Amino acid sequence: MENIRNQTKIFFLRILNIPFAFLMHAIDLIMWPIQKIIGVRNMPYIFLLPNLIFFGLFVIIPLGANFFFSLSSGDELLFAERELPTTKQYDQLFDCESYLNPNTCTEDFFWRGVYNTIFFVVFQVGLMIFFSVLTAVILNKKIIGRGFFRSVFFFPVLLSPVVVGLIWQWILLKNGAFNAIIESYGGDKVSFLTDPSWAMASVIFVSIWAHMGFYTLIVLAGLQAIPPNLYEAAEMDGTSRERIFFRITLPLLMPNLLVVFILASIKGVQTFDEIYVLTGGGPGTSTSLIVQYIFTTGFASSGSVQNFGLAAAASMVLGVVLLFLTLMQLYFSRNKESKHQEI
Amino acid sequence: MSETTSRIIKIATKKRYKNKYHWTDYFSYFYLFLGVLLMFGPVVWLGLSSLKTLAGIQEYPPTILPLSQIQVDVEGYDKPLPIFNVTQEDGTIKQLAQIKRIGINAKMVDPLNPGETVKVPIDKREKIREFKIQWQNYVDPLRKYDFLLYFKNSTFITVVATIITLIINSMAAYALSIYEFRGKNFALVFVIGTLLIPLTIILVPVFYVVANFGMINSLWGVILPGAATPTGVFLLRQYMLTLPRELIEAARMDHASEWAIYWRVVLPLSIPAIAVLAIFSIMWRWNDFLWPLIVLSKSEVYTLQIGLNAFHGELTSQWNYVLSMTMVTLLPIAIIFAYLQKFITTGIASTGMK
Repeated sequence: MENIRNQTKIFFLRILNIPFAFLMHAIDLIMWPIQKIIGVRNMPYIFLLPNLIFFGLFVIIPLGANFFFSLSSGDELLFAERELPTTKQYDQLFDCESYLNPNTCTEDFFWRGVYNTIFFVVFQVGLMIFFSVLTAVILNKKIIGRGFFRSVFFFPVLLSPVVVGLIWQWILLKNGAFNAIIESYGGDKVSFLTDPSWAMASVIFVSIWAHMGFYTLIVLAGLQAIPPNLYEAAEMDGTSRERIFFRITLPLLMPNLLVVFILASIKGVQTFDEIYVLTGGGPGTSTSLIVQYIFTTGFASSGSVQNFGLAAAASMVLGVVLLFLTLMQLYFSRNKESKHQEI
Repeated sequence: MSETTSRIIKIATKKRYKNKYHWTDYFSYFYLFLGVLLMFGPVVWLGLSSLKTLAGIQEYPPTILPLSQIQVDVEGYDKPLPIFNVTQEDGTIKQLAQIKRIGINAKMVDPLNPGETVKVPIDKREKIREFKIQWQNYVDPLRKYDFLLYFKNSTFITVVATIITLIINSMAAYALSIYEFRGKNFALVFVIGTLLIPLTIILVPVFYVVANFGMINSLWGVILPGAATPTGVFLLRQYMLTLPRELIEAARMDHASEWAIYWRVVLPLSIPAIAVLAIFSIMWRWNDFLWPLIVLSKSEVYTLQIGLNAFHGELTSQWNYVLSMTMVTLLPIAIIFAYLQKFITTGIASTGMK
């Protein structure tokens, strides 16, 4: 039986291999003369070329063009038809009587987005790391059915933002399953997604639900890297479990957690899709974050004209925040590596 | 006698330090149980509800299984009416069909005697249910709406983009791992550098580039911008660095071209890393939302994700179709996960990417 299955597998792989081999032979017809002309020594450039072209076209050129867009005004996408140079976009973005009160700003939508993003990231990242560590510590114990539980907690990570958004929108409806459970325990119905004071909390909850598994997995890998002889020694001394956790597990996990923290912040600041499907940034602007502002101003403002310049300027602001977070990540992950080498 | 028995029991139930139950053990199982409910519950609930009729979905409080109310045709009424078990004043139970509900009373009719209507207090009636699976939820949207087309678009994007990603990323990884050449470090830094620039901060200019190539509202406009991934290059390069150099030298002795070494020697040996990247790429592409949302605005090029979102936006009340199509959208990924679970989790844990 096993043999037959293996043979069918090999058979199908061979069939799949035919177009692949054909393609590769065809490319070789071009590559062989190239190699003859430029020599083996220069072949790596040829291998790098396609990737570099893609990076150049879709990352490096756009990065430069983003400066251009943010520093020019006009409704047109074409370079030639935009007015240069102007700081109009930045002036408009930062035109506020008081930065603490979004209502006094020209672009109040942007500043609401900024404050919402800060609020969202602080709570989402904080709670998510707390629950990831808790889950990882529990999953790291010798429990029955560990593999099953691990995949249950990880599973939502693979779901698409649209799926996550729709499932939860439906469950959190006024006449949805969540309210039915609340009512059956004698509580009152809550409009989770349409009440401004609840919408943000719901969005944070759903976002944690969707992404927690990923961070749990990384923390779990960190936990498994802690040398087991430390635990054995502590156990031999009769140390209590609470003490073991706070004196061994947590300190040794710290460098790992720092990286997880920054990684989650980088992702958190860029959150868009689930919220877009779940609440659309509403009610009002109560759950709209920075990326939603960029998307709406640049691509989806119904009625008014698409303002590419303003969207690009807002992207630059987001870019500065992300650059800062990424540099922090690089700094700390380098620190972490050198510490590991010391041990 | 009893002393020995009690001693045996004592020895049998005595636990060493390791096996002693601690409050954290009880808490762990409680937490895990709650976790299963919260994490897995919504998806199971989605699956069950996608088999209900629209009326069953809108019912409040909801039933867990797809139990729909039996309806009958009554003479003189256009629509089929739902049947109830009604407890009458003398204590007997009779089946009546409901015409409509007025406050706390319901206007009902006996299906066998359609001429006469009776008023019944609503707490005296109970729904009669039957187990009925509504396959229509899955068939209708595929027939009446364009979901089959969306499915095709999504599959096309996922397959083609993954193939392109695998080929060009493995080529770059091959160059960066096997060869020594001038500018290698620069190329490495360049690739790391692109890691620092997520799509969200260059949306407008990438849109500009794609528009210049005339790829707005084309599936290629979705496929090409994300084809080269720095994470992919790194994952493959780290793996290729571990391959023995002697193999490559031996192939060169046999006058194999560099391209032949790449695809006949290095690629087959890197299958584990390539498989990890392939799974990630499939996941990224199938679930992609923000970029397709910007590039694709005509419904004939919608992906499943965009189509589902648009469909939900237009027909908010059609939850039966929305739920079934949500199921269709998540199934391919769920099946891949079920088969390759270990592969995916170790891949993520070892690369730290998603």
